Amino acid sequence: MATEAEIYAALNEIFADVFMRDDLKLTPALTAKDVQGWDSFKQIEIIMATEERYSIKFNTRELDSLLSVGDLVKVIGTKTA
Amino acid sequence: MTELHWLPTIADWRPRLRAFGTDAPSWDAAVALANAKLNFVLTNALDETVRRGFPQRPEGLATQPVRLAVLGSSTLTHLLPAIRVAGLRRGIWIDTYENDYGQYLQELSDPESDLHAFKPTAVLLAFDAYHLTAGVTAGMDAASADAALDEVTAHVRETWKRARAAFNGPILQQAALPLHLSVLGNNEHRLPGSRARFVTRLNEALRVAAEEDGVDILAIDDRAARDGVLKWHDAGLWHRSKQEIAPPAAPMYGDLVGRWLAAKQGRSSKCLVLDLDNTVWGGVIGDDGMEGIALGQGSALGEAYVAFQDYARELTRRGVILAVCSKNDEANALEPFEKHPDMVLKRGDIASFVANWSNKADNIRAIAQELNIGLDSLVFIDDNPFERNLVRQELPMVAVPEVSDDPTGYPVALSDAGYFEGLSVTDEDRERTAQYQGNKAREALKAAVTDVEGYLRGLEMQLVVRPFDRVGLQRIVQLINKSNQFNLTTKRYTDEDVLAVMADPDAFGLQLRLLDRFGDNGVIAIVIGRLQEDHDLVIDTWLMSCRVLGRQVEPTTLNLIAANAQRLGARRVVGDFIPTKKNAMVKDHYARLGFTVMETTPEGGNRSMLDLAHYTPAETFIHVVEG
Repeated sequence: MATEAEIYAALNEIFADVFMRDDLKLTPALTAKDVQGWDSFKQIEIIMATEERYSIKFNTRELDSLLSVGDLVKVIGTKTA
Repeated sequence: MTELHWLPTIADWRPRLRAFGTDAPSWDAAVALANAKLNFVLTNALDETVRRGFPQRPEGLATQPVRLAVLGSSTLTHLLPAIRVAGLRRGIWIDTYENDYGQYLQELSDPESDLHAFKPTAVLLAFDAYHLTAGVTAGMDAASADAALDEVTAHVRETWKRARAAFNGPILQQAALPLHLSVLGNNEHRLPGSRARFVTRLNEALRVAAEEDGVDILAIDDRAARDGVLKWHDAGLWHRSKQEIAPPAAPMYGDLVGRWLAAKQGRSSKCLVLDLDNTVWGGVIGDDGMEGIALGQGSALGEAYVAFQDYARELTRRGVILAVCSKNDEANALEPFEKHPDMVLKRGDIASFVANWSNKADNIRAIAQELNIGLDSLVFIDDNPFERNLVRQELPMVAVPEVSDDPTGYPVALSDAGYFEGLSVTDEDRERTAQYQGNKAREALKAAVTDVEGYLRGLEMQLVVRPFDRVGLQRIVQLINKSNQFNLTTKRYTDEDVLAVMADPDAFGLQLRLLDRFGDNGVIAIVIGRLQEDHDLVIDTWLMSCRVLGRQVEPTTLNLIAANAQRLGARRVVGDFIPTKKNAMVKDHYARLGFTVMETTPEGGNRSMLDLAHYTPAETFIHVVEG
């Protein structure tokens, strides 16, 4: 199972590619409104890139429950357990 | 598998993207970044960066600009960057337009619409399969289902008509994605109102109508059949965002559109240039001989090479020209074409046949010149990563698919990459190779102009030198008994002979391994030297794998021989060339390295000498390491 630190490291890489910036430091409380350009399309990019990275598939309820980076990390943790 | 697997992974892609535009943005740099294996996230990042660097089409591009209207009934925004990047990959500037959600018909009909203001030069109609099957239900009888099919087909044709009336350019109709689930099962075709069945029938009907109306088809149905529909469509995502095509499939989708646009400009590739050894057959013809190469029945590997040849021949029958670019003596390279019973390709299938020991970038230039076609219409396939990267670096306009050493993947790479995207086939296409053969006049190869030095410098080559040892014994004996071409004396030795060299204080045996930034080439050269009573060091054996020719291994090896000779107290190094049927390529080996010819034999052999008192070691780009 991936540790939380590993998940954050992986997500940092994904976010860096999606938003084309390297200065984004992910924290559990970070949400879409904190990051410029994080709209519904970027949200889908993040989700799909994460699915590709971990070879997992989020279901509809899981996606609906994602409000912050912390939520995403938690769901990844459960699904890769 | 929707990934662009035929494109290479560029290790420093991200830093290069970040650096893009910090100086004056370079279009060539952008094209290079687009010719990498990109997923959808990186595709979007590249598109955004390039558009920032070039808000408008740069001046002086050789390609025609494209203004592409993408019209449909669901969300298409996420496909546009991939389409633009696919254009960039081919050096084509594409501006895109997407209609307001669901409003394609209104916009087509309204001369005041933004669509009309956009003035498209090409139109892509991308209707989702839900839209196209609206109202179709399992409750329908056959007559109602047929009527529905006619109605949808007529609606699509009406759209073509309006697009054609409004604009001049070509029309590309996306086939319906077969995303519907079956409700009857295996015999779904018995249910007239099945949506799954309806999509299949509609795609057939659209192809027929497209032929009549002069419209081209974007065959995402065929593509999805190969990749798996689930790679193309995600039902959950459809419910969430009305994206029929899942974003991970966008780069492939964009590339399918990009190759069509390129084909419309006559920019599809025309010629496939084949390496021979380990690409067209398994093994090295010069070393393994006709009986030793893997080709044909008898092994899975041999059959895989036959299958690749068969695919290449199929390409010729629709108008693709074949050429050969091989590091070989020409006679050796031709022999299988003329005599091997399992060769599918014959000499007559090859419009330009170049087999020599020059570097492949120069040879590919010569092929383009001989065939009188542009370098950008060539595709070069080679199992050897060194050659692929050399050609990519020297001739970035030549397409070089990324392949493994498994020939099973070669036809797949060529087909999936869509290099030879064609729009029609003429009788002339079917006879093309014959034409090229007919007016062929072999021109002498131009003097080497390629910057091979720069390439070699960047390779970070390491030659790991080890004296003969028991660990390497098996490989040493194998090489000594197998190497035919780069082999000065062709002496064959047993395990015991090699052990004797190891035990002899007046002799040395070297096994040389070559590493570079693309990996480990393994043990590629063997040398045996023996000190004589007259203080001459005689090179008893010097052999090398032809794969590493042209990489300065020879002078670096001589440095090692000279050092060992001096260590043993020799005053001169003496080398023999003993001719065989297969080693003509090393006839002048010693002369090239600065030896003086002392005597020649009636058979064409020679004995040459190097005076160590006047010898300075050659400087090369190879770093020598004791292993």
